[in-house]
Amino acid sequence: MSIDYDRVVTSTAWSPGPGCHGGCGVKIYVKGDKVVKVEGDENHPYNHGRGCSRLLAMTQFMYHPDRILYPLKRIGPRGDGRFERISWDEAYDIIEEKFNKIKQDYGANSVIFIQGTGRDIGGPMSIVAYNYGSANWSQLGLAGQACYGPRLGAMSAIQGDNSITDASQFLEKRYDDPRWKAPKVIIVWAQDPTRGCQDGFYGNWIVDCMKRGSKLIVIDPRQNFLTSRAELHLQLRPGTDAAIAMAMINVIIENDWYNHEFVENWCSGFEELKQRASEFTLDKVAALTWVPKETIYEAAKMYAENSPGSAIQWGLPFDQIGDGVHAAQAVNDLWAICGNLDVPGGQVIARNGYHVSAYPFDNYQLADMFGDEFVENVVQKRIGSDEYGWLRKWRCYIQPDLAIDQMLTQKPYPIRATWTQTANPVARGADVKLHYQAMMAMDFNVVVDLFHNATTMSVADIILPASTFAERTGFRSWFEPVQIIQPAVQVGECKNDWDIACEMAARFNPEFAKRFPNGFADYMNWRLEPSGETYESLKAKGGWKWGDAETRTEEVESKVPWIPYYRYKTGALRPDGKPGFRTPSGKVELFSSQNVDWGATGRTIVDPLPHFQEPPESEVATPDIFKHFPLVMITGRRSPVFFHAEHRNIPWLRELDPYPDVEIHPNVARDVKVEEGEWVWVESARGRVRRKVKINPGLNPKTVSCEHGWWLPETEGRSPYLYGCFDVSINNLVPHGTQARTGYGGSGYKTTLVRIKKMGEGSPCWPPVSVWGRWPQYYKETK
Amino acid sequence: MAKGILVDMTYCTGCHACEVACKQENSFPVGISGIKIHELIMENGLNTDRVQFDYYPHFTNHCNLCAGRIASGEDTKPACCKHCGTASLIYGELDELVEQMKDMPRSVLHKPV
Repeated sequence: MSIDYDRVVTSTAWSPGPGCHGGCGVKIYVKGDKVVKVEGDENHPYNHGRGCSRLLAMTQFMYHPDRILYPLKRIGPRGDGRFERISWDEAYDIIEEKFNKIKQDYGANSVIFIQGTGRDIGGPMSIVAYNYGSANWSQLGLAGQACYGPRLGAMSAIQGDNSITDASQFLEKRYDDPRWKAPKVIIVWAQDPTRGCQDGFYGNWIVDCMKRGSKLIVIDPRQNFLTSRAELHLQLRPGTDAAIAMAMINVIIENDWYNHEFVENWCSGFEELKQRASEFTLDKVAALTWVPKETIYEAAKMYAENSPGSAIQWGLPFDQIGDGVHAAQAVNDLWAICGNLDVPGGQVIARNGYHVSAYPFDNYQLADMFGDEFVENVVQKRIGSDEYGWLRKWRCYIQPDLAIDQMLTQKPYPIRATWTQTANPVARGADVKLHYQAMMAMDFNVVVDLFHNATTMSVADIILPASTFAERTGFRSWFEPVQIIQPAVQVGECKNDWDIACEMAARFNPEFAKRFPNGFADYMNWRLEPSGETYESLKAKGGWKWGDAETRTEEVESKVPWIPYYRYKTGALRPDGKPGFRTPSGKVELFSSQNVDWGATGRTIVDPLPHFQEPPESEVATPDIFKHFPLVMITGRRSPVFFHAEHRNIPWLRELDPYPDVEIHPNVARDVKVEEGEWVWVESARGRVRRKVKINPGLNPKTVSCEHGWWLPETEGRSPYLYGCFDVSINNLVPHGTQARTGYGGSGYKTTLVRIKKMGEGSPCWPPVSVWGRWPQYYKETK
Repeated sequence: MAKGILVDMTYCTGCHACEVACKQENSFPVGISGIKIHELIMENGLNTDRVQFDYYPHFTNHCNLCAGRIASGEDTKPACCKHCGTASLIYGELDELVEQMKDMPRSVLHKPV
């Protein structure tokens, strides 16, 4: 039996739906007005036909019985779970009136606009925020701005551009393009790409490269599929990545394995780096990181000897550990001195094709839309910009830890309302209860989402239903290619995130309405302009256009800014057209003047060189806490069937990963006297959550690992239960307000000290964790 | 000619795409699938802390090699093979798969029907 359909729509899968950062080409099979199947598009060079479990479960996601289909208004007290259906116009009227009243009484900055992780939401959220007039666009809940920001910021300061592992993704012919070479060695550092597609990097590309000869070094506190297939595994103490990187730099310089040609011609500050790195001797770093010194030495040697032409695939933990920016800087310096920057199979500079971006990224582009005066206000008023100069110079988000403080104290100026879209801060903020209190303290909260969750249930006053990617138009320009999202069907009265944003922007700002009379359709074509395409012309081409589509050559040295390789030699990277990098000196600044300058605009001093900082809690930093909580907990391990807090309500997916777990080493199980599958308490200095034991001999006995994002959609949603979020969300244990000196990094997601406690006889096991039997339409009827 | 699926266990990462592809293609409810992934965690030896993580897709009595999908001409291979993230599920004629197997360490050949 195959599935009956009458048409197929090709599109791009981008949130909401699978939820991820990826840009997979997909085929949406439609029967009548209903999607009956979703598959990968075998002609698309991004994913070559492959679809992940979350994409393949789209029909259950789209037609889920719990999906919110109409705008809702809260009736009854907050947390009571009673809402009534209203029209879009009524919802917009209420929001406009409330927000304008707050603007009048307190000023526009008193509204915070909250997005989740950076998928197809940065554009919509910035457009609503800035057209309303607020400087406060945020990723609230993300302590230390812990998602790519620190790494991107470090790369921008040091080498002027972002760079990523070269898996041929910038060339349309991909692995068949003669310019590309498989990385000789890939250091997979603090990431498991087999479990998802982080930072827009399709995870399976790593395995594609392994099949084409790439050897692996894995640096990770936890063993997994990739460590089993790696030449070397460095099982480090969580949070000590910067020390490992500095030790590797030291070994490489001491043994003269660095790339003299690249360092002499294209780097500055080498002597300063050399001196700083010399403090990181192998003996010292081995003791600090738990990694044998021989292994660190071997890793440095293997990477250096195979350079140029080797890559480092790094992950989110760099953004979360102590002083994330400086840890990222250490790794950036490592690949630079080995000459791997913008070479085939190395660290390829990542520019969006044709420089198309979904929304204005820098202050110049912002000024074009809103004027200089507005931009000046945004920079000055953004929460955290007085303290942290980086917030004025780098990225537009406010500092999330300080924002929570400000919501709770109303100082230095009041915050009275929020708009939340693609985020669930009440269930997921670092220190969950604090986020709940902060949101409850608001006069008015708007939440845009597809399903009820802890945030909609507890604090939402108006809820707007968003559509999945299969129901909307859109475009994606994140690295490569420039591509469009085409609607296949309509579900309920759900609306495109972008349409909601543009319609509200037009209400708040008549200028926006004048400039884009057809709303998002006009806006999209304006952003697509640099590619010489429109939505319609891309549709006619099949849906996408690679950056090298018009200038395909065999030349390895590229003169086009968004096509690899060796662009620093041709002048393609700099606005003045001179060879070099897009930094003040034109060099890769190993000693970073920009890092210092950015910091100097705030109150905190920023180190120009990479360094290591102990996590906020550790055996070294807080021995008193360590005495009572002797295990280091890492969180954020990805499940391939979930994206962050999403998909716990999708039966086909939940079936494959049904319980919130805690992975522990067999020795820990022996000490605490617990068995595989037993429910235990995981306790930190801030509280405790319930978890189910999974024994994993691949962990260090001093480390435990917990999946993040857990809530229990099958349980009671009304306050105070909120789908069990205070009972199972691991962020109940994670601290808030431990950000590092740039305002970025320093959170405790990877380094919280915990203990495991057996639940005694008759211990409460509530609410019941049982997905079985909920959503009966997806189960076999019992005869 | 009899068909089968060759599993390359070196590269199966256990991403579960095959399982959901199968459920979608066959409209299976929770609890039923034509393919199931097993996680195998095995310590490497007495003198090492290295642990081997393998994933093993097992075909069940519900697998009919996507007979309808292939007969309708919609695709040339079963849904699980198309969506295997690392191309470690290879569909083909048994004779040819046996040939491929000769150069593929840690592989398993399945003939579900």
